[in-house]
Amino acid sequence: MQFMLLFSRQGKLRLQKWYVPLSDKEKKKITRELVQTVLARKPKMCSFLEWRDLKIVYKRYASLYFCCAIEDQDNELITLEIIHRYVELLDKYFGSVCELDIIFNFEKAYFILDEFLLGGEVQETSKKNVLKAIEQADLLQEDSKPRSTRLHSCVKS
Amino acid sequence: MSDIVEKTLTALPGLFLQNQPGGGPAAAKASFSSRLGSLVRGITALTSKHEEEKLIQQELSSLKATVSAPTTTLKMMKECMVRLIYCEMLGYDASFGYIHAIKLAQQGNLLEKRVGYLAVSLFLHESHELLLLLVNTVVKDLQSTNLVEVCMALTVVSQIFPREMIPAVLPLIEDKLQHSKEIVRRKAVLALYKFHLIAPNQVQHIHIKFRKALCDRDVGVMAASLHIYLRMIKENSSGYKDLTGSFVTILKQVVGGKLPVEFNYHSVPAPWLQIQLLRILGLLGKDDQRTSELMYDVLDESLRRAELNHNVTYAILFECVHTVYSIYPKSELLEKAAKCIGKFVLSPKINLKYLGLKALTYVIQQDPTLALQHQMTIIECLDHLDPIIKRETLELLYRITNAQNITVIVQKMLEYLHQSKEEYVIVNLVGKIAELAEKYAPDNAWFIQTMNAVFSVGGDVMHPDIPNNFLRLLAEGFDDETEDQQLRLYAVQSYLTLLDMENVFYPQRFLQVMSWVLGEYSYLLDKEMPEEVIAKLYKLLMNDSVSSETKAWLIAAVTKLTSQAHSSNTVERLIHEFTISLDTCMRQHAFELKHLHENVELMKSLLPVDRSCEDLVVDASLSFLDGFVAEGLSQGAAPYKPHHQRQEEKLSQEKVLNFEPYGLSFSSSGFTGRQSPAGISLGSDVSGNSAETGLKETNSLKLEGIKKLWGKEGYLPKKESKTGDESGALPVPQESIMENVDQAITKKDQSQVLTQSKEEKEKQLLASSLFVGLGSESTINLLGKADTVSHKFRRKSKVKEAKSGETTSTHNMTCSSFSSLSNVAYEDDYYSNTLHDTGDKELKKFSLSSELLDSESLTELPLVEKFSYCSLSTPSLFANNNMEIFHPPQSTAASVAKESSLASSFLEETTEYMHSNAMEVCNNETISVSSYKIWKDDCLLMVWSVTNKSGLELKSADLEIFPAENFKVTEQPGCCLPVMEAESTKSFQYSVQIEKPFTEGNLTGFISYHMMDTHSAQLEFSVNLSLLDFIRPLKISSDDFGKLWLSFANDVKQNVKMSESQAALPSALKTLQQKLRLHIIEIIGNEGLLACQLLPSIPCLLHCRVHADILALWFRSSCSTLPDYLLYQCQKVMEGS
Repeated sequence: MQFMLLFSRQGKLRLQKWYVPLSDKEKKKITRELVQTVLARKPKMCSFLEWRDLKIVYKRYASLYFCCAIEDQDNELITLEIIHRYVELLDKYFGSVCELDIIFNFEKAYFILDEFLLGGEVQETSKKNVLKAIEQADLLQEDSKPRSTRLHSCVKS
Repeated sequence: MSDIVEKTLTALPGLFLQNQPGGGPAAAKASFSSRLGSLVRGITALTSKHEEEKLIQQELSSLKATVSAPTTTLKMMKECMVRLIYCEMLGYDASFGYIHAIKLAQQGNLLEKRVGYLAVSLFLHESHELLLLLVNTVVKDLQSTNLVEVCMALTVVSQIFPREMIPAVLPLIEDKLQHSKEIVRRKAVLALYKFHLIAPNQVQHIHIKFRKALCDRDVGVMAASLHIYLRMIKENSSGYKDLTGSFVTILKQVVGGKLPVEFNYHSVPAPWLQIQLLRILGLLGKDDQRTSELMYDVLDESLRRAELNHNVTYAILFECVHTVYSIYPKSELLEKAAKCIGKFVLSPKINLKYLGLKALTYVIQQDPTLALQHQMTIIECLDHLDPIIKRETLELLYRITNAQNITVIVQKMLEYLHQSKEEYVIVNLVGKIAELAEKYAPDNAWFIQTMNAVFSVGGDVMHPDIPNNFLRLLAEGFDDETEDQQLRLYAVQSYLTLLDMENVFYPQRFLQVMSWVLGEYSYLLDKEMPEEVIAKLYKLLMNDSVSSETKAWLIAAVTKLTSQAHSSNTVERLIHEFTISLDTCMRQHAFELKHLHENVELMKSLLPVDRSCEDLVVDASLSFLDGFVAEGLSQGAAPYKPHHQRQEEKLSQEKVLNFEPYGLSFSSSGFTGRQSPAGISLGSDVSGNSAETGLKETNSLKLEGIKKLWGKEGYLPKKESKTGDESGALPVPQESIMENVDQAITKKDQSQVLTQSKEEKEKQLLASSLFVGLGSESTINLLGKADTVSHKFRRKSKVKEAKSGETTSTHNMTCSSFSSLSNVAYEDDYYSNTLHDTGDKELKKFSLSSELLDSESLTELPLVEKFSYCSLSTPSLFANNNMEIFHPPQSTAASVAKESSLASSFLEETTEYMHSNAMEVCNNETISVSSYKIWKDDCLLMVWSVTNKSGLELKSADLEIFPAENFKVTEQPGCCLPVMEAESTKSFQYSVQIEKPFTEGNLTGFISYHMMDTHSAQLEFSVNLSLLDFIRPLKISSDDFGKLWLSFANDVKQNVKMSESQAALPSALKTLQQKLRLHIIEIIGNEGLLACQLLPSIPCLLHCRVHADILALWFRSSCSTLPDYLLYQCQKVMEGS
């Protein structure tokens, strides 16, 4: 995987993880273009996009778009499942996740992502194991984990 | 994992009292009072972008003050870091905080460290200079006894780590592969994967550890190691064929549900693992029947098992189909896979449909009938609302295009092209259309119109080859002269019509194409006078929207037409306008035109009609200037120095202090630029060398757009490969597309029951025109490569083309650099070819130097002569080398003529080359095997001599070498001996080629034999090969060195301390020459130039300079890794002696 972006329906970036070295300028350009392209697509359209020489796999969960860039020979469907598993992880961790959880605790979302994907490759697919690793580290956290009123129920399945 | 808890608890007991994840409403309040919370809420409350910017800038400046204040605690710092990450995510620069992120990772407690590491991994990139400061922290944390710290360090290493510091952590990470915790081993493997990606040569010595990881008792670790294997197998599948069995077994277990339940994903067993394995198998089985056979069963099972109607099973199915089609085909599997593709294509789910189309595009070449089966679906997809589906369909159609369906397909492509705005799509599609049009165009009008569309839409974004190829095609024409003229005439007419239109703007490239064609071929018009064409061009010239490059093309066209025109008012006006132009280039062209215009005779001879393809003789060396140069020199003018040389000299004068870094080598250092060190050395003797500098002059003169027209070949070709193999055009079947449609329809009527509204009929009509020629009766047409299809617009093959333009210089350069080499290689090839009569091998060897040597004439010489030749030749190559040279016993040499046994003739052959001493590699009571290396000029020859020690006869003694990664081992003939007499010695020889650079590798094999028909035995052995076994001197001149130096991008610099015994440059270089087989080209003062090549032909150049007892080495090569390896060897040699 080349990178992963999370952005809202309003086009606000919520999370970005780059697995290939790119300059800041390039990252911004890519983000801007992609957000535009993805938001312009209609709901019934295909979840895959050809964009430059990359394949973009995206999926919308409630108000958030999850968007991954993979290479042409990579498997698009399994990338959709990566997104889904990540959402499941967030959901389990935050307990019925919503966009606000991710906004206010984006560093937690990053920690979860790093435990799930490492260097752009799937590291651990078991939900239990990922969360176990996160929770072990969290036990040290003196900050409480904030909760906000649920806006949406994000995970469909 | 419980250990983590225990350890961290003992480390920080006070923190445990904090709440659990998933806390209550009280927690929410706590967050909202946090600074981040207020920042976020502040931003969401704002309405305008401007306000947001103001707020963030405020926030950033307060953060800046906080992080740099000495009173800020680490806890506050952690809080600040989170806000900084947030600001960066919103697109604001927070680089002032980077250093504090590193500090936080270094100094903080676990919680703070975690945030510090996260910030580092988000802020920095691999080559960021601050990253070096993180190395110490990582090293410390890797050695920590706290599991969480180790995991954090491994996580950050797997994401971001400076390439040149890998050696500092590599041993620590290798240790972690033996760690008792699965999570640590898994992360360590992923860290090594990262290293493999960014610096493969640094981890190649631990391949054995990768194998261990693959066999790890924990599935997670094994799965992680597959990432590395997939990457390595992608690069070189032949090295890992032996693992096929293991991968198959693993996949079988996974598919069979033998893994723990925790690896299930929605009740599908380990889908990620399955897909990874399927991809690996696909790579391993490609074009390899034996390996493919191993996996047929498991693939069959995978296809069978994946029945659940869930997204993830489709993912597996898709990968499985891909694998089935990549490996050596098996009809049963193909049938099943085809059925699966059908499922995808016909699925109502759009994602699956897309993948179905994607699958069709890659199987279409193997199985065209599959496209026929789904033709109606494909037609529907062509008008799909989603442009992505459309595009994939066009991609599919592109691959099934033939002379019969071209017009329909290109029309569909053009439709899509007109709708798309994305540059990448346009470039891609335009290229495809141009390619198809050139290949299959049915007639002139269609071709020109299609190309017009390509040029007007593709405009200035398309690949420059497209207009170049098009013009060359027009200029060179085909076999039929009248046909050519018609095409040209049509082009001229169509352009004139286009130019007549008012208020239409064409892309610059299109205008350039038009002006060239009009300039060259307007004479074909009967009615239109050249004056009128000139008037049109003049109008364009006066247009402000036309770029000055295009104007140069336009004025060139006018110049060409002027000689044909009778009255020349427009031309005079043009001259008048442009001789006072502010654009110097235009002014120059206008003056040229003016002078030519005054002398019509000269003009006519200079600009003949329709001669663009004829060769001009150009004195590239500018020898006619020799007198002028000599005169200048004699009057005391300074000799000419090329630009890079002057710059280098300037730099060396400025350099008073030594700015080169000590110790570490930063191989990618950009500050050195691309100057040639050879330049300095050559400074004194180049002077007015007109041959070399002349070439440069001509190159620089050709830079202007207009000059391209006057190049040696008309249009300077870039794609040589396309033109080389085609030889003349065939006439085109002038069938109209409608006929085809009719035929197809009748065919259809027979085979299909038609149910239909009018719309349906239209679709079918379209289908039949698209899929015409696709049926089984004409499958050959489908394969674009099969040249049975008549290609209308083929270019004539021209040998001379290869030599034109800029390509010449590089071409010559490589030739000359290899010429000396191939001369040396001459004798070797000579013997081995004639003695062993292996034609194929010969071809390969000569591919390098085929232009220099006439290989055929060599083999025709009578045998006797060859032997005499052999004894005459002297070992000149290593004449001044102190390594011992092997001399065969006299008796052997004498017996050669009579006895043509392999072993002895082989000895004769090898006398010319250096070889190592024989070393016993294995033995038992019956036989002993010893080996030695012969460093031939074109390869490494490994010789194993097997001695039968027993008094018995051995049957079918056979020696086999296992395939090894990095090496290509070729058996020399005669390896399997039916009978081996008692107490005799036989030799087996293998030539070894290297596939990619490495430091050291092993070659293993075994010898098997039968004793008296009953007892069979086998004996294994292995030998160690080093990179040096594949390094040969590269004999080139200083001039060639200079040119090559500039053409190489990969460089590595390093200072090495010399031992006292070799404190002078010559002795140091001598050491390098002897130990590493580098060729010393020249020694000038305290600098030396050396060159070598890695077999078969990767050159590497070395520039040395001595300061006191420091030897500054500077390598450059065309290969990115070779300099590193050579540097390593140099260091070893210099420090060792």
